[in-house]
Amino acid sequence: METTFTPWASLSGGVLIGIAAVLLMLTLGRIMGATGILAGIVQPQSKDDAAWRLVLLAGMVTAPLVILGLTGEMPAVEVPVSMPALLIGGLIVGLGGTLGSGCTSGHGVCGMARLSVRSIVATLTFMFATGVTVYITRHVIGG
Amino acid sequence: MRFVLTYGVGLIFGLGISLSGMANPAKVLNFLDIAGSWDPSLAFVMGGALIVTYFGYRFVLGRKAPVFAPAFGVPTARQIDAKLIGGSAIFGIGWGIAGFCPGGALPALGTGRWEVFAFVAALIAGIFLAKLLHSLGRPQAQPTA
Repeated sequence: METTFTPWASLSGGVLIGIAAVLLMLTLGRIMGATGILAGIVQPQSKDDAAWRLVLLAGMVTAPLVILGLTGEMPAVEVPVSMPALLIGGLIVGLGGTLGSGCTSGHGVCGMARLSVRSIVATLTFMFATGVTVYITRHVIGG
Repeated sequence: MRFVLTYGVGLIFGLGISLSGMANPAKVLNFLDIAGSWDPSLAFVMGGALIVTYFGYRFVLGRKAPVFAPAFGVPTARQIDAKLIGGSAIFGIGWGIAGFCPGGALPALGTGRWEVFAFVAALIAGIFLAKLLHSLGRPQAQPTA
């Protein structure tokens, strides 16, 4: 499936992601890591701790509706993989993201921005693993 | 007030994800498919987010404390171990299979698409599986980011 190259939309989106990460650190002193935020909701440490995560998640989930209101269209979600791939991939992402203490947002943005060596190693590792996986699924098995 | 701000932060993050293409697995997988239908857009997401966060954190972490909390909850772990590298490699394989990462999928729940709900349900199961393996194995706990 071909997709259009969108440098400006992607750059603007990245800037907004960065602003959100900075504001979360400024207000609550927390890392904007999606896996960690979700883990704290499904396995709450305390009521207060679960509360800010739920409110943050509510804000995230509203975003596509705001986009719909502004542009008349939901943001594109094109899924070129099968249902089993979504489920197996989701399970593996949750497992690996928790064991590796972070994901694209936690290590890739927040950790790398702090120049954390752990996050740089983690990000290089998962980008490489993802690239190899896509190569195998598209060009070795599927190609 | 605190919750209104936190909601706003979530909204900004979600808008950024939606605008960037990170909520769209076709675009994410094409970024990583250098040998095929390559779409380099996601490098711009990462670049934009990193530049803003790098300079923003320098300012924010120079403060004594956050506005609404007694201290910054910044990870302090330093060791590069098998858990970090193995976990990240596993994460990457899953990301390559599904095309969603957690940060892309959570805002995408708002589109109401069943594929996103299926992925997030499996993601939550994976988080529980990791905690289960953790409780069976080594006793020390590390906060996830």
